[in-house]
Amino acid sequence: MNIHEYQAKQLFVNYNIPVPMGYAAWNAEEAKQQAQRLGGDAWMAKAQVHAGGRGKAGGVLMAKSLDEVMDITHRLIGTQLVTHQTGASGQPIHSVLIEKTTAIKKELYLSLVIDRALARITVIASSAGGMDIEEVAAQTPEKIIRCRINPLVGIGAYQCREIAFVLGLDANQRKQLTSLLFSLYRLFIDKDLSLVEINPLIITEQGNLLALDAKINLDDNALYRHTDLSALYDPTQEDEKEQKARQFDLNYVTLDGNIACMVNGAGLAMATMDVIKMRGGEPANFLDVGGGTTAEKVTEAFKIILSDQKVQAILVNIFGGIVRCDLIAEGVIHAIKETGTQLPVVVRLEGTHVDKGKALLKESGLSVIPADDLDDAAKKAVLAVKG
Amino acid sequence: MSILVDADTKVICQGFTGKQGTFHSEQCLAYGTKLVGGVTPGRGGQTHLEFPVFDTVRDAVFATEANATMIYVPAAFAADAILEAAEAGIKIIACITEGIPVLDMLKVKTVLTDHYPQIYLIGPNCPGIITPGACKIGIMPGSIHQPGKVGIVSRSGTLTYEAVAQTTNNDLGQSTCIGIGGDPIHGMDFIDCLKLFEQDPQTEGIVMVGEIGGTDEEEAANYIKSSVSKPVVAYIAGVTAPPGKRMGHAGAIIAGGKGTAQDKFAALEAAGVTLARNPTDIGARILECLKS
Repeated sequence: MNIHEYQAKQLFVNYNIPVPMGYAAWNAEEAKQQAQRLGGDAWMAKAQVHAGGRGKAGGVLMAKSLDEVMDITHRLIGTQLVTHQTGASGQPIHSVLIEKTTAIKKELYLSLVIDRALARITVIASSAGGMDIEEVAAQTPEKIIRCRINPLVGIGAYQCREIAFVLGLDANQRKQLTSLLFSLYRLFIDKDLSLVEINPLIITEQGNLLALDAKINLDDNALYRHTDLSALYDPTQEDEKEQKARQFDLNYVTLDGNIACMVNGAGLAMATMDVIKMRGGEPANFLDVGGGTTAEKVTEAFKIILSDQKVQAILVNIFGGIVRCDLIAEGVIHAIKETGTQLPVVVRLEGTHVDKGKALLKESGLSVIPADDLDDAAKKAVLAVKG
Repeated sequence: MSILVDADTKVICQGFTGKQGTFHSEQCLAYGTKLVGGVTPGRGGQTHLEFPVFDTVRDAVFATEANATMIYVPAAFAADAILEAAEAGIKIIACITEGIPVLDMLKVKTVLTDHYPQIYLIGPNCPGIITPGACKIGIMPGSIHQPGKVGIVSRSGTLTYEAVAQTTNNDLGQSTCIGIGGDPIHGMDFIDCLKLFEQDPQTEGIVMVGEIGGTDEEEAANYIKSSVSKPVVAYIAGVTAPPGKRMGHAGAIIAGGKGTAQDKFAALEAAGVTLARNPTDIGARILECLKS
């Protein structure tokens, strides 16, 4: 799960990680009040969306008067921000973060991520802050420092010093970085993060470290032990169909094509998309109904699929292990009847009770198109769409 | 021969009396797995499915000499269950549970690597392991398997069944099938399994099913090039997956341009692996490899 920058910065404050003074606002009037509260004569207005690359996309602007604060906020809120990390339609802006401006002497990069190959939390730091770390890694890899942390020991002061020396920090900044990294690591562990990124971490004119930006990803699997963080979930930043799927414990991702698929198992669901594409079609979604699926879930899955206006055919691909094919067939029949869909439905069943399942589909009198294997199913779905 | 488990493997179930544990223990028993008991804290001394229930894994091992376990306890307690099994001296730990927090697995992985290097952890978030006709530890449908010569290792559950069914249909059968799981931090990886299949005389060819995310497949490709003499067929799921989106499995995400299916296919092809670009062709590809 992602959270907004203003929420991440609140967590930073709780862990004594220095951030610029700032407050979130949901409309122009509120933005003006927050700017007045902060004082000064210039402010930053930052669009709050779950995506990076906001600056380049015009989502981070400086205001030199209260009128300008209101004007910028008014222009941002209610629009979609399109960045290189969002889809073509962008992410909706519902709030802005109003912050004091800060004079920057130098921009650094700092993040903690999970390195899956090494099974370690890894600190990544770079003297090239403010730009995409992927770009830095590709062009000037020598500017990136990595440091692995043993989970049984925690981060070491020596590791913080090592990073600080490579970043060329002075004695005072080295102390600040050590304290910042200890806090950041504690936050990571306490809150089950999967990523925390500060880009840029700046050195101010006064020579102090300050987290100008904050990005936090939470581990979905661990949300059950952080009810306070689950409350930060912002459904507006997610596709409507993906939200709905989440309610019914279905794994769903919207794609751009017109052949919808419903599959049991994440790997098989990806494979189904791939074969559709290979046979000249375009998948409309990824949908894994999971191992222990029921007729009700199948019906809900159908409803989500059908709420996508682009969809022109549905491919059901089930390899019954725990799930019995006859139960799936019942679910498909029920779903077609309940939704009254006229779209062609191609069904491939395999595994436990496959014969019973096929017989049920045949007896239903519905015009379901049976398929022998995944490849056959994909071909038939593509044909159904192209006519 | 086979790898890791056979007809003599003595298996216990952690989470034995729960709904999942009960259902799958029954299925494993019906398949012929030598289940010797189970563990549910607080229910020691009782009998379930005609087998003894123990309070702790240590008690179970002491009484039954079990050397393998299958774990069905809920995600919040699964990491603890793995460590309990390791400390009790269990050799093969198959953790079926899905949704374990990553930081829990980081600790488990570190403890296992540092203190129990001889233990094989399969999973979590996986279908388990099966040696057809001898021992089924996990949730895979036993009926689609057939004893034979292909070793199968996969990150995905139902996609494993796809490979299994195809190698049963073309009469090659399987030596052992292992689902290593869809989580970013997991126990055995492709290389561990490839090493064992390479040494196993019953295994004549290997099918490897990967997916987007991480670099396990690329590392496996390097290993195959240097150390595997048997034919390997590989399929990678997720060619059409968009970057940055989690495709069901926590581990299946393309991050920062890394972990794409294209990269993995290319690395495997360069290592001399036969590619099945269409998963429907896995069976045909491995049959061709073993005929020639």
